[in-house]
Amino acid sequence: MRCGDFKETYVRDEEIFQSLFVKFWLGVLAAFLLIFPFIANEYMLYIANMIGFAIIGAVGLNLLTGFTGQISLGHAAFIGVGAYTSAILVTRLGLSFWLSIPLAGLVAASAGMIIGIPSLRVKGLYLCIATLAAQFIFEFIFIHWESMTMGITGINVPPPSIGGFEFNTEKRFYWITLFFVVLGVIYAKNLVRSRMGRAFMAIRDRDLSAEIIGINIFRYKLSAFAISSFYAGVVGALWVFYLKVVTPDHFPLLLSVEYLAMIIVGGLGSILGAIFGGIFMTLVPEIINTLSAALKTIMPGNEAFFEPLKSVVFGMLIILFLIFEPRGLAEIWNRIKNFFRLWPFSY
Amino acid sequence: MDYQLSIENVHLSFGGVQALNGVSTGVKKGEIFSIIGPNGAGKTCLLNCINRFYRPQSGSIKFEGHEITGLSPHKIPKLGVARTFQNVELFSHMTVLDNIKLGAHIHLKSGFFSGGIYFGRCRNEEMHLRKHIENDIIDLLEIEQIRKSVVYSLPYGLQKRVELARALAMKPSILLLDEPATGMNLEETEDIARFILDINDQWGVTIVLIEHDMGVVMDISDRVCVLDFGVKIAEGPPEEIRHNPMVIKAYLGEKDLTLSRLG
Repeated sequence: MRCGDFKETYVRDEEIFQSLFVKFWLGVLAAFLLIFPFIANEYMLYIANMIGFAIIGAVGLNLLTGFTGQISLGHAAFIGVGAYTSAILVTRLGLSFWLSIPLAGLVAASAGMIIGIPSLRVKGLYLCIATLAAQFIFEFIFIHWESMTMGITGINVPPPSIGGFEFNTEKRFYWITLFFVVLGVIYAKNLVRSRMGRAFMAIRDRDLSAEIIGINIFRYKLSAFAISSFYAGVVGALWVFYLKVVTPDHFPLLLSVEYLAMIIVGGLGSILGAIFGGIFMTLVPEIINTLSAALKTIMPGNEAFFEPLKSVVFGMLIILFLIFEPRGLAEIWNRIKNFFRLWPFSY
Repeated sequence: MDYQLSIENVHLSFGGVQALNGVSTGVKKGEIFSIIGPNGAGKTCLLNCINRFYRPQSGSIKFEGHEITGLSPHKIPKLGVARTFQNVELFSHMTVLDNIKLGAHIHLKSGFFSGGIYFGRCRNEEMHLRKHIENDIIDLLEIEQIRKSVVYSLPYGLQKRVELARALAMKPSILLLDEPATGMNLEETEDIARFILDINDQWGVTIVLIEHDMGVVMDISDRVCVLDFGVKIAEGPPEEIRHNPMVIKAYLGEKDLTLSRLG
């Protein structure tokens, strides 16, 4: 039994995964993620892909909202920018799938930086409204710039492939998703424990003192917008290649709100929280679906009742989280960890 | 004159209120310079002018020969000016260690590329920083046991100490301390005074101190400057200030009462 971690060097103390125990379970998780596609059916793989997209987007938004403290309601717009960029690059310029994803990220990042400019002057709810404007502006552009975006008919995209190997099934696409999730999570986790991430948190906690220690607030706010939108752009690009089509109605305001809900339920200012939030918000609607399908056999004709109930249950869960666990799933996880640290000799 | 920080004829007003009315003074390298005065005298305003939180309407502030009244606030620390606040201004949701590391922000180089990869140079830089903080700052200020605590959970006295630690991580050549001993008991006040002397002595840092605790001011200062209603009324060594009739009048108006307070 572990009774404590005693470290002898600062290098050990600065590690992300602090004990052998944690590293072991991390290995188990990695092994599970690697064999998952071989044991799962199509439906489970579909959910896994959805969760992957949600995690990347939520981690990105959490860097902006949870770590830097800038509320953004424009996340869906940046996802849209990434999606359209990659679709246009692939269909018009014949660029390869692999190249179009980082480029989509970069274009979304520049869009994010432009939208982030008001953050110099406005904070909190006011910034929220300014980013809301971005949402509407980009939605308008997606619909009305028909020569580029093909309007409401959308753009059809071929499935991604390398060397003739097409990622056209759920199982094959899973590997792409997994790759970007792992990359995105590691990058974010490293960023927040280095100079830049600390500057982000400083701006969130006290912008006055951030300035006093020499942090250029405007530059770091814009960087946060850029990095967060880069993540969104990557999600958008993946989303396009997954669905093989992009239309303006994939990026409504509701999607932005959903991402905000993910990081609030998961835990603001925590990478783990963003992961939990992504999983939770994707799984819950599916679980409710499954339940109502199961109940159908017992109570036939209940669809009319259960369809609207889905949104009610979903909304209730979020409200309950806000009331009882405002620091999110990540905090519950920490509590469980701390409980078992000393268990069964808690005193 | 060979002042490290020289303030010349600074005027600062908010609407009709003259917060600073033609203040001129200077701080020599390596000294402990105290600014005292009754509440509302403009002491903190003067520090805020040096930090560029306020922009004086007229006058000049020179640091090591450079005019700093036109710089933006985030550029001031790079010159070597660090500061603590009257009401603690820490990053309350971060750990003590992260707060101190943030103090070293201007001395680190990693950006969003190297930071995200956290390998090689960035990793070395972080480890080096950690070692420096542990050996030189945490050790000096005796805050080893709280390094992993989140700041908002700490008592006020310790928070003040963490703020001092953060300012030290900036490796300043001048340190502006705004009431470091306010709200502390005798023992904590003595600790803070000891830390200030240590920092001044071991690191060679110039100290500008605003403080109401006359015991501390008179004991550790090399020179004292007295402000009243935005005007400098006296400046000189503590002994001289203690007996200056203008100062006594500004503080209490009556001589016998003042003697008991100023010792």
